[in-house]
Amino acid sequence: MQEERYQKLKEIVQTYLPDDVSAEAIQMESNFTQELNINSANLVDIVLDVEDAFDIMLENEDMDGMQTVKDALQIIDYKIAAK
Amino acid sequence: MGNRVVVTGMGVCAPNGIGLSEFAASLKNGNSGIQFYSELEKLNFSCQVAGKPLINTINLNRYFTNVQLKGLNASGVFYGVIAGKDAWEDAGLSSVSSENPDWDSGIIFGTGILGVDKFREAIYQVDEGNVRRLGSTSVIQTMASGISAYLGGMLGCGNQVTTNSSACTTGTEALLMGYERIKNKKAVRMLVGSCSDSGPYVWGGFDAMRILPRNYNDNPEAASRPMSASAAGFVPGSGAGALVLESLESALERGANIYGEIIGGNVNSGGQRGGGSMTAPNSKAVQRCITNAIEDSGIEPNDIDTINGHLTATSKDPDEITNWSQALGRSGIDFPFVNSFKGHFGHCLAAAGSIECVGTLLQFKENQIFGNINCEDVHPEIDKLIDTSKIPRTTMDFAPKIIAKASFGFGDVNACVIFKAYS
Repeated sequence: MQEERYQKLKEIVQTYLPDDVSAEAIQMESNFTQELNINSANLVDIVLDVEDAFDIMLENEDMDGMQTVKDALQIIDYKIAAK
Repeated sequence: MGNRVVVTGMGVCAPNGIGLSEFAASLKNGNSGIQFYSELEKLNFSCQVAGKPLINTINLNRYFTNVQLKGLNASGVFYGVIAGKDAWEDAGLSSVSSENPDWDSGIIFGTGILGVDKFREAIYQVDEGNVRRLGSTSVIQTMASGISAYLGGMLGCGNQVTTNSSACTTGTEALLMGYERIKNKKAVRMLVGSCSDSGPYVWGGFDAMRILPRNYNDNPEAASRPMSASAAGFVPGSGAGALVLESLESALERGANIYGEIIGGNVNSGGQRGGGSMTAPNSKAVQRCITNAIEDSGIEPNDIDTINGHLTATSKDPDEITNWSQALGRSGIDFPFVNSFKGHFGHCLAAAGSIECVGTLLQFKENQIFGNINCEDVHPEIDKLIDTSKIPRTTMDFAPKIIAKASFGFGDVNACVIFKAYS
C-alpha cells in the first residue's frame, strides 16, 4: 500500500522535473525545490495532481510542510486515513 | 551619431507557413493559409474562415521543456516562442548558459491579448468557486507580457524585456521601439516581434462588428481580397513574427547574415480627430506618419521602390492607397510597387505587423516582389490612382532597394518603417 502510494507520487513529481533532472533522482528524502530543482511555483500543481490522484484535499498549511517526498507521503497517508 | 541597425535573424509562425523557408515559398507561390473552421460554424459565426498556424505538425519539445508544456493553453505563447526562438537561432545566437544574463540583449514582443483559452479555463474555475484549482501558470499565460517573459527566460536576455500593445500596429511598433533602443546605444541586440492568439474568443468581437467577409465560407482561399473591387472584409488571422535587430557594428563583428537595414521610421496617432475614430484612421495622420518616416530615413519619396501596405481587404483599402499616393506625391505609373500579404493569411491582428515585416524583408533576400492574391479585379478607386502594373498579381523578379512598410490600428494609431537592402 505504502509502496503503491510512493510510486503514484513519484509519477506525479516526475512530470515537474526540469529536463536535466532524471526520474531516478527522486528518492524518499529528496527535497522538491532544493534537490530536484522543481520550480517552487510548480509545488501548487503537484498538490492539485496529488488531490486528484488520491481523492483527497490538501489545505494551505499542508502545502507549507511539504518539502520532501517523504513529507508529501506522510500528508497523503494522514489524509487518506482521515477519510 | 546613432548606431546603424540591421536585421540579422528572423522567425515566423504564420497561417501559411512555419519557418522562413515554408513561409517564403508560400508567399512566392501564392499559397493561402486561410481555411474553413467547423468550430466557427457551430458557434454561429458569420465568417467561418480564418488563418491559423498549423502547429500540430511541429515538435514542440524543440521549443519548450515538458514542464512548460504541461497545461499550456495560450496559442499566442506557442506562436511567439516558435517565431522568437527560431529568429534567435537564425541570427546565429544561442541561449545564455551562464548565471549572468546577456545584458546587451533585450526583447520587445507585443500582443493584443494573450492566453485567451487559458483565461477561459480560469473563468470557469473561479465562477465555480474553485480558485484554488487554477494551478500555477494562469497568470504567466494570460498576462500581456507573458510572451516577452517566456522568451526572456528561454534566451537569458538582460536588457529591457517588455511587451507593447497598439492593436494591429503592434508588430511594426515593436520593431521601431527596438530599432530606437539600439540606435540610441541602449542595447546591442533586440528581439522584436508580436503574437496574436487564435480562436473564437479573439475573433468573435470582429465578427460582431460585421467587418469580416460572410460569403466565402465554402471558398476560404478567396476570402481575403486586398485592393480588390470585391473585397468584403478582413479575414481574421493569428500567429507570430520575430526579428533580431542588431547594431551594424555587432553584426559585422560576428559575421552575421544581414537581411536588411532599418534606416528610419515613425509612429503616431490621428488622435481620433479629423475623420479618425476608434476604428477608422485620420488620413492626415497616416500621411504624416509616412512623410515623417521618409524624413527620418534621410531619403526622398522617389527612393521608395516598393510598399508593403496595411491593406486589410476592407472598403478602406482605396483610402490607404490615396494616403500613400498623397504622402509620396506619386501616382499612376510613377507609384512604387505595392503588395499586401493579407490575401495569403488574412489579418493576423497584433501579429500582422511583425509577420508582414518578415515577409517584406524576405523580398530583399529573394530579389523578388511577392505577388498579391485575390485581386484580379483591382478596385476602381485604386485603378484611378495608380497603374495596375504596380500591383503585381504574381511574384515578379525585381531587386527592391528601399521598401516602406506600414501598419495601422484601432485607436487611430500608425507606424511606418523604412527598410533598405544592405550592401
